[in-house]
Amino acid sequence: MVEHGDIRVVHCGGSKLNFRDPVITHDSRFLLCASGEAVKVFSTSTEECIHELRGHTGLVTGVLLRPSNHLQVYSSSLDGTVRLWDFTDGILIKTCVIGYPIYSFYASAKHENIFVFAERFQLVAVHLPQSGDQLVEARELSAVLSGVNPNPAAIAFGRGGEFIASVNDLQLEVYFFKKQKSYRFFLKEDNKKGGWNTFTCVACHPKDDCIATGHEDGKIRLWRNFNHKKEYTYSTLHWHHSAVSSLCFTPEGTNLLSGGVESVLIQWRYKQESERDFLPRLGAAITHITVSPDGSLFCTSHSDNKITIIQSCVKVSAVIQGLVKGDSIRTDLMMDPRSKALVLNGKPGHLQFYSLQRDKLLYNLDIVQQEYIHESGLQQFEVVKAAFDASGLWLATVEERHQKAAELELNLKLWAFDEQTQSFVLNTTISAPHDAQITAMSFRQTADSQTTLLVSTSKDGHFKAWQLAAPAHTEDYIQSVNCPSWLCDFVGAYHGLVPECCSFSADGSLLAVAFQEVVTVWSPATWELTFFFFSPPSISDLCFGRLSCSKYLLGTTASNLLCCWNLLTCSCKTSPCIKVLSTQNFFCDSLNRFISLFLSFLLSVFVFKPSEPRPLFSRKAVCSGKVTQAVFAPREEMLESCEESSQWLNRSQLYFLTQQMDLMTFTTKAEEDRLLASSKQLVIDDSVAMTPFYLLLGKHRQQQQEHRDSDSSLWAERTALPQTSASIKELLQTPAHVLPSTSYLCSMFVQSLLISVSDARSAHAEEEMESEKEEEDSEEEMESSRSKPELVAAATESDAPALTKAQARELRRVRKLDHSWLAGLLDS
Amino acid sequence: MASFKPTKIQVYPKLGEKVTQDTLYWKNYKAPVQIKEFGAVTSIDFSPVTPHNFAVTAFTRIHIYGPFSQEPVKSFTRFKDTAYCGRFRSDGQLLVAGCEDSVVRLFDVSGKVALRLFKGHTKAVHLTDFTSDRYQILTGSDDYTCRLWDIPNATELTTYREHTDYIRCGVTSKLNRDLFITGSYDHTVKLFDARVEKSVITMDHGQPVESVLLYPSEGLLVSAGGRHVKVWDLLKGGQPLVSLKNHHKTVTSLALSSNGQRLLSASLDRHVKVYSTTNYKVVHNFDYAASILSLALAPDDESIVVGMTNSILSIKHRKNQEDSKEIAGQQRRRPSYRVFVKGKNYVPKQDDYLVSKPVKEHLAKYDKQLRRFNVSKALDTALETWIRFRKPEITMAVIKELDRRGTLKNALAGRDERGLSQLLNFLIGNFVDARFTPVLVTAAEMILDIYQSIIGQSPLVDRQLLRLQDLVEKELDYQKELLEVLGMLDTMFASSLPRKEVPCSGIGKSNGLTQGEPTTLDWV
Repeated sequence: MVEHGDIRVVHCGGSKLNFRDPVITHDSRFLLCASGEAVKVFSTSTEECIHELRGHTGLVTGVLLRPSNHLQVYSSSLDGTVRLWDFTDGILIKTCVIGYPIYSFYASAKHENIFVFAERFQLVAVHLPQSGDQLVEARELSAVLSGVNPNPAAIAFGRGGEFIASVNDLQLEVYFFKKQKSYRFFLKEDNKKGGWNTFTCVACHPKDDCIATGHEDGKIRLWRNFNHKKEYTYSTLHWHHSAVSSLCFTPEGTNLLSGGVESVLIQWRYKQESERDFLPRLGAAITHITVSPDGSLFCTSHSDNKITIIQSCVKVSAVIQGLVKGDSIRTDLMMDPRSKALVLNGKPGHLQFYSLQRDKLLYNLDIVQQEYIHESGLQQFEVVKAAFDASGLWLATVEERHQKAAELELNLKLWAFDEQTQSFVLNTTISAPHDAQITAMSFRQTADSQTTLLVSTSKDGHFKAWQLAAPAHTEDYIQSVNCPSWLCDFVGAYHGLVPECCSFSADGSLLAVAFQEVVTVWSPATWELTFFFFSPPSISDLCFGRLSCSKYLLGTTASNLLCCWNLLTCSCKTSPCIKVLSTQNFFCDSLNRFISLFLSFLLSVFVFKPSEPRPLFSRKAVCSGKVTQAVFAPREEMLESCEESSQWLNRSQLYFLTQQMDLMTFTTKAEEDRLLASSKQLVIDDSVAMTPFYLLLGKHRQQQQEHRDSDSSLWAERTALPQTSASIKELLQTPAHVLPSTSYLCSMFVQSLLISVSDARSAHAEEEMESEKEEEDSEEEMESSRSKPELVAAATESDAPALTKAQARELRRVRKLDHSWLAGLLDS
Repeated sequence: MASFKPTKIQVYPKLGEKVTQDTLYWKNYKAPVQIKEFGAVTSIDFSPVTPHNFAVTAFTRIHIYGPFSQEPVKSFTRFKDTAYCGRFRSDGQLLVAGCEDSVVRLFDVSGKVALRLFKGHTKAVHLTDFTSDRYQILTGSDDYTCRLWDIPNATELTTYREHTDYIRCGVTSKLNRDLFITGSYDHTVKLFDARVEKSVITMDHGQPVESVLLYPSEGLLVSAGGRHVKVWDLLKGGQPLVSLKNHHKTVTSLALSSNGQRLLSASLDRHVKVYSTTNYKVVHNFDYAASILSLALAPDDESIVVGMTNSILSIKHRKNQEDSKEIAGQQRRRPSYRVFVKGKNYVPKQDDYLVSKPVKEHLAKYDKQLRRFNVSKALDTALETWIRFRKPEITMAVIKELDRRGTLKNALAGRDERGLSQLLNFLIGNFVDARFTPVLVTAAEMILDIYQSIIGQSPLVDRQLLRLQDLVEKELDYQKELLEVLGMLDTMFASSLPRKEVPCSGIGKSNGLTQGEPTTLDWV
């Protein structure tokens, strides 16, 4: 196997946003959330991602605003560190090594320590040492509670940090810091009505001695008087029909927010619990609820990788949507030929269009078009297959619902792309297109042909060809259908065998359908069986080669063989048959002629050319965890790479999806360099918010500055500008709150302003020497004034002949002398 | 956030024929008036002058009916034997008829006794007609001859003996006094010119010719015989133009609609087919109770008259246009219309600041109830009488939606006798509809589960359950029969297909489509 050092696997987005509860900053401008190994900073008004705080080497498990400084934020990670960040500028301030993987962590304004949930179900208080170093080690650990729930929602600080409440299973434990004592309250396993009493989450009232707990059966209990072992009381609120997943009090304690799988946000009035507000149809089950410190914004995380920002008048103001992770991606990854977006299953009953370039969800296409009922155990319609035609004009989707002891409900829908709305519009619905599940679907891939053709294969033993048919005899009918719709054109079968997959050749002249172990090749023009191949184990995937390899038909078999048939000789050319261990995934490049192969448990990838038996590229242990899906995406601009090993990446890029829902891709070194270079160009001053307006105006101002510089260079060019000195720059650009004490800085600042006389003198002397040595001037001058535009240079050149050389030299000397003197005066 | 998505009402394709202009036109007739005659009605002829009475020849009588009367205006009964082919002259004054006893009688429409008797034929005369100059009569007989007679002095002018079998039909030209056409059981249609001694054109129909018809332009000739209807181009010397084979029994009669755009053919298979004369495709079809012997259309298609072998005369009158128009006019003139459109067509000016009001989405009543999870009420709404009978697909969609939500059982339970019988009524009405069966089966099972205990308490519910049981049993038998037929068809197809070299399965295009047509297709 060949190893290629210059091809790397990189992460390119799509990580979870809803893993932990997000945090809203004090000014309600930013929203911070843990996302994979980074913390993302979003703007609450524009939904844009402003920074990514990168540095952790493990999954980030929590984000907390620093109680003592609201412009700083802590983050904890599985790599055993807690890091302190400045989120407005995205700067790492401090790293604190704790040494154990941290699963969740908490902090309270009253306590110096932060509380960390580490291994062995223990809640541990950690004292963070106060020191100026970047990297500190925290070794002062003290256990607070043991046997706590790993769910971060199961622990909450009580009124002003006086106590901490923790729920686990059927037990509520309240620990008072002052008394160093804990009380435990137990519930019975289930009550008379059969509901489950297990605790799911806890929240404490910020001003009052009250603890709210959520339960598996949808009840919310408000506990009071819990500083006694016996005389505690609780009242019950019930609206949710299944488990309450998150609870939160508003900062003033006037309202209690709760959410669950119903995807309804409920606002209960504290002490008037019969009054409540609802915000229904939030899209997916609520996993976390947080409130901004001033109470003006609520924010809910949802199971579909979405964060909704809600104004306190219960109105949705913004939605931050990540790559949706469905239960299973049954449609495979696809590329939309038109928008070059990645298309896959998203929310239940939807297809999501995800831009790879911008790592952003473009839109969700509602396929099922039914009201989604949020209830566990309910059989919903699922989008199971989807296919695009070559031009991206048509989209075919299959949705199915399988109920126990009932018939399979199948719908085949065909969507036409609408230029005006720039989205897909339903054209034809075919209910029950087949009697059994559809196993594969494929469009004829010719972009130029007038008639589009869709072939679907099904477990009922038939494959059907669907064709776009214009309505016949429109003039005769009163109810003339003005747009063409899809009709069944042909039904084919082969000896009652079940077709597993189908594929059109590149030019659309042949259709291959694999019926278990028989591969049949049909000509779509006449619907005649032209020839067939026989291979003993059943075929699991089929695909035609492209371009120069279009004579090859490739297939993977159930017994882990990759077979290649030559269609010209009509023979089973099994010579490039490679015995592979498990061909879990098999993908074909649509632009050039490569196929890739993922072996599931070896975690390796192979890239082949159909004509050659040896792999072009192979890589073991691509990533941690299984690769579930992959797709070749065409590049926008071709990469010119001379190396043969990375040639397959020239025209297209291979994206793959891991189990953690992370999108990965392969990049070459050259590409990375280019990306790096382009990102350097984009670096701009951070002190001003980067807006298009700034980009436009800022550039203009810079130019003006340059002009002015060049103009004034005549008299000011020799100044040792204090602004340029490194220490001053540092002073001005570091945020105020991270700077050392002013007394320390002051002397440094003053020193930098002073100009040592000897330095200036010597520099001067050198300058004069040089200028005298050189005959032709202007060049040197231009260099010294570095950014002087050429226009000025040309002007000076045109001026030059008017003066004699001697005169010019004299003039310059006068100027220089004059200038240094003046500059010294000014600076002092 | 996202708004409530209303229940999707599936659009089912209309079963049966497609609604075209023709179906609308030919359906626009009132229920037929049926009159019992004394024997098989062999001929019907409309008078060319208003009020367009028509003569009906049946057994030994000829009755003349007015356009709207159900009793005969006049009847001619002086026939010794079966009368044939009563025809009006172009001025509507005279009527001629043949008879089994070979005598041709000429009547005055106002009189009773025959004005003239034309004797000369030796066998039954089935064809009689006036020439266009009104002074001559054409007759054709079972003695293989056709003759021309002079009316004023009742003498035979010419005899043509060219046919070799019975002459049963014929027509004279309306434009030329000398041309006439006869059709015979010797499979030929002949065009005669009275100025020459023999036929001018002979066309071979292939079957015994039962009826001939000339187009108003007289360039085209239609002949019917056996199962075929053939169209001939006379201007090209009798070249066959089209051969139509849409009946499965002998075609007995032909007629043209008043504007000449549609051709009608009646047959012993009890159907009347309407063809378009531009492409000769069947555009409409009438069914009758018995084999049809004669057919005629009133001028302007005001009525369709059909005579049948069971001696029934069926008259269909066209519906009055004014009645339907009046109703439509009343509906259109709503008083609130102007209020409704007020300000809708106001175009904002350039400087106007536009404040858009959120459009309030309208939800149907059952959707509103579904939104609030009132499942039983939603089902009640969907089972309201009007929806249940007129739009069963709405009821179906609601039941389906409830099933999808997993709350169908809750919605079905807890009904009283009235509610349950309503539900069962709907079930019985739509259970065997192939489009609804899959959903209704689950619903029916649930109903039986829920209401098992109350069987025997209400005679009404018991009766309906028994009916449901009957229905299911009948349907099962029916399905079994259908499968048998399908099996038979499969063997027939398999044996008729030629053997191919490639071992391809027998399911080709023709066969596959019969089995595999998608059950429902709808256009959205």
